[in-house]
Amino acid sequence: MSLAYILIALLALAVAGFFAGRGKALRSAGGDSRLLHSLPGYYGWNIVVSTLVPSLLVLAIWLAVQPVVIDNHVSSMISEETTSAGSLSLVMSDVVRVAEGLDLAVSRGTMTREEAATLRTDVTDIRARLGEIGVALGSDVSPEILEAAQAYRGWSSTGNLLRSIAVLGIAFAGLAFGFMRTNRDFRARNTVETVIRYMLIAAACIAILTTVGIVLSLIFNTVEFFRIYPAADFFFGLTWSPSFGGGSELGIVPLIWATLYISFIALAVAVPIGLFAAIYLSEYATSTVRAIAKPLLEILAGIPTIVYGLFALLTVGPMLMNVFGTGGALGVSWMSGASSVFTAGVVMGIMLIPFVSSLSDDIINAVPQAMRDGSLGLGATHSETVKQVILPAALPGIVGAILLAASRAIGETMIVVLGAGAAARLSLNPLEAMTTVTAKIVSQLTGDADFASPEALVAFALGMTLFVVTLALNIVALYIVRKYREQYD
Amino acid sequence: MTDTTLTQRAETQSAPAPLPFKSILEADALTRKRNAAEKRFKMYGIAAIAIGLFFLVALLWAILSNGLGAFSQTFIKVDVPLDRQQIEAAEKSVVKTSKYRAIIDGAFASELTKAGISTDIPTKGLEKLFSSGAAATVRDYVLANPGAIGSTVTFDLIASSRVDGYLKGRVKREDLAQDKNLDAAHLDLADQMEDAGILEKRFNWAFITGTDASDSRPEQAGIGASMVGSLFMMLVVLFLSLPIGVAASIYLEEFAPQNRFTDLIEVNISNLAAVPSIVFGILGLAVFIQFMHLPQSAPLVGGLVLTLMTLPTIIISTRASLKAVPPSIRDAALGVGASKMQSIFHHVLPLAMPGILTGTIIGLAQALGETAPLLLIGMVGFIASNFPDGVSAGFFSPNSAMPAQIYEWAKRADPAFYERAWGGIIVLLLFLMTMNIIAIILRRRFERRW
Repeated sequence: MSLAYILIALLALAVAGFFAGRGKALRSAGGDSRLLHSLPGYYGWNIVVSTLVPSLLVLAIWLAVQPVVIDNHVSSMISEETTSAGSLSLVMSDVVRVAEGLDLAVSRGTMTREEAATLRTDVTDIRARLGEIGVALGSDVSPEILEAAQAYRGWSSTGNLLRSIAVLGIAFAGLAFGFMRTNRDFRARNTVETVIRYMLIAAACIAILTTVGIVLSLIFNTVEFFRIYPAADFFFGLTWSPSFGGGSELGIVPLIWATLYISFIALAVAVPIGLFAAIYLSEYATSTVRAIAKPLLEILAGIPTIVYGLFALLTVGPMLMNVFGTGGALGVSWMSGASSVFTAGVVMGIMLIPFVSSLSDDIINAVPQAMRDGSLGLGATHSETVKQVILPAALPGIVGAILLAASRAIGETMIVVLGAGAAARLSLNPLEAMTTVTAKIVSQLTGDADFASPEALVAFALGMTLFVVTLALNIVALYIVRKYREQYD
Repeated sequence: MTDTTLTQRAETQSAPAPLPFKSILEADALTRKRNAAEKRFKMYGIAAIAIGLFFLVALLWAILSNGLGAFSQTFIKVDVPLDRQQIEAAEKSVVKTSKYRAIIDGAFASELTKAGISTDIPTKGLEKLFSSGAAATVRDYVLANPGAIGSTVTFDLIASSRVDGYLKGRVKREDLAQDKNLDAAHLDLADQMEDAGILEKRFNWAFITGTDASDSRPEQAGIGASMVGSLFMMLVVLFLSLPIGVAASIYLEEFAPQNRFTDLIEVNISNLAAVPSIVFGILGLAVFIQFMHLPQSAPLVGGLVLTLMTLPTIIISTRASLKAVPPSIRDAALGVGASKMQSIFHHVLPLAMPGILTGTIIGLAQALGETAPLLLIGMVGFIASNFPDGVSAGFFSPNSAMPAQIYEWAKRADPAFYERAWGGIIVLLLFLMTMNIIAIILRRRFERRW
């Protein structure tokens, strides 16, 4: 019985249970719903819950556990010689593919059930037979793999049968249990609401699970990486030259340098513009100007980063080339390609303008009006008030906003992937192409890399570094912002 | 001594005293300086906003000027006589499309003579005007309509990307010097053909509905399949993040006791909102693909990753709109005997719904434009060259997404793909704009101020 049928059967049971429970509750009250403890629907829902919740839980656990158990059993059948040729996981994936191919052949009718069960490698060319129905195999099937595949099929079909029996059995038991409990005095609403409450808690816990998932997936792979590559070389190495053939040098310093350099340029663009825009909008602008300019600036924040990346690669980069490149307007040749630290930095700065301006705007608006009035009353001009009263008062918040912007800049990916270049370099020239932590995470993990190689695993170490740095920045920034807010509220 | 010294002292004290007469209507140096500083400061603000708006305009201009070209396409009108013998010979041959190309070339040469255009280019060289997909167009037609064999059919065949670029002004004559795909003679021919009405630019439906094409056929690349991929991803995001986000917000806003556990959840949510999106990609790769063995490049996995990414946004906005429902509503419901759960699900939640939906749409718009995590789960390694067949294939079989497809085009060497990338961005931004406008309308129409 396939998964879809099990789910349909469960759903049908639940619907039947709903009406049965509702009906029984009403009958027990002689058809007068006022005599019931809860509204009639709750008795139905109670049965739905007792039917579905335990059975779906069992189903989920079964789905997670069965492949692991079968994998263990089948992989113990494979001999040492076979695994020495390729890794165990490759052999296992072959086994699974043969098994699934045979199942598919049976379901398509190109093979009878008996034929599939009694196949022999010396009689049938299994690779060709499976090729006919669109299952491509990398190599010819050895008898050992076929045997393992047959065992795999046997175990899976037994497992699936047991799964159907167990899940449906539990569903029936739940239905019966719920039905037996149903009578006019049963507190159905309380039971149902408790269950809903646990569901709400479970939903809230997904946030924790996500963080745990992030941390675990980073830590496990990072530890794995440091087992095959010395940590000191990673953190203090000055060269980044991965080569999948081996002998690669994976020093993070040039990547960190470029990341910080690009973020610095981005902030140098975004902070003055964003801050002055925020000051003007909150202190000087008339309400009409504000109503027009603020949403227009915020459009910049809603544009996806891939658009900025393309803008850097195809518009800003070539424009800078026309100025600083060979044969450009300045007659210098400081720039050799469209992608550079400066290109990526400027475009990232544009992206961050609305981020800085709307955060600073909120913070400036939070400064109490009395402070402004006091300063103006003493005869200060508006700009003196801003510079000497409002900005100092808002400074912690603005620093927090800048830190948040910095963490955005460090974690930004698409702009640097497209705009900053691919070569890792330690250089001071902002017009040279360099590459960042995020860009290298992308390039090390896309493509057909073997996950066990240090060249692929290094991406997790880079990700860990990125995660820790941005997390620290965010925590500090939020701390500063929150602390500052408490002063005036 | 007394009087004189006193007066003397008074004189010395008041010596600098006789200030020159000054009108208060006339600003002194210091005031002028301060006023100038004031004016300058204000100008800085205006300049900052002007620069910001300038960047916005520059960005939009770059998008529109480069991308609108993708929405039109050059076609060459050719009457192709479908001669039975030639077609049978072509179908028997191993390289079927090259035989069909020969058929097209012959038909095209006679078309040119009919229009009165003479050219020095040999018949074989004419095929550079056509896309390499043109032969497949003819062949597909022949296979679909075997009855048409023997008659003459008028085809609108796609011109090659160079000719297309020449008509759109992207390709200049001087660029062709190093280009082996087309000569200046072809362009002269193209000019004549345009005058004769054989060559024309039309709206490019194939870009919106089509699929990606190989490196040599940028003129046939379309964004349709990746739009479908994005749609399936957004369905996953919507159906997971809305219920989970609302449930989590209800718990945190209405039920959660003040304790360590609640604090832990809140800290986690605010941190997740600021985690770089690429880290979610790493999570997806490690958990969904390495650990759970879900299929790579599948919209389901992309949707799961984006769900985790959008959840904080949705939770934060949902909590805000739950908080905006006044406590009197809850009290009234509790007062007439509703349980806490009933008061929330029957009264608070419906009233907060417009705000929740607005937040959800904005979260979805964010997710729709997100690229970085998709790169890691392999949605960019796969090129969407056909539409998924059926709903379950839509979720499980490899597909691309709009931003990933744009990135894929931006990486290719042929500038004709850049035009496609910008065009793709226009499509993407249209979707985002529509979603945001819906969100704004929802907010304006249904949000209640208490």
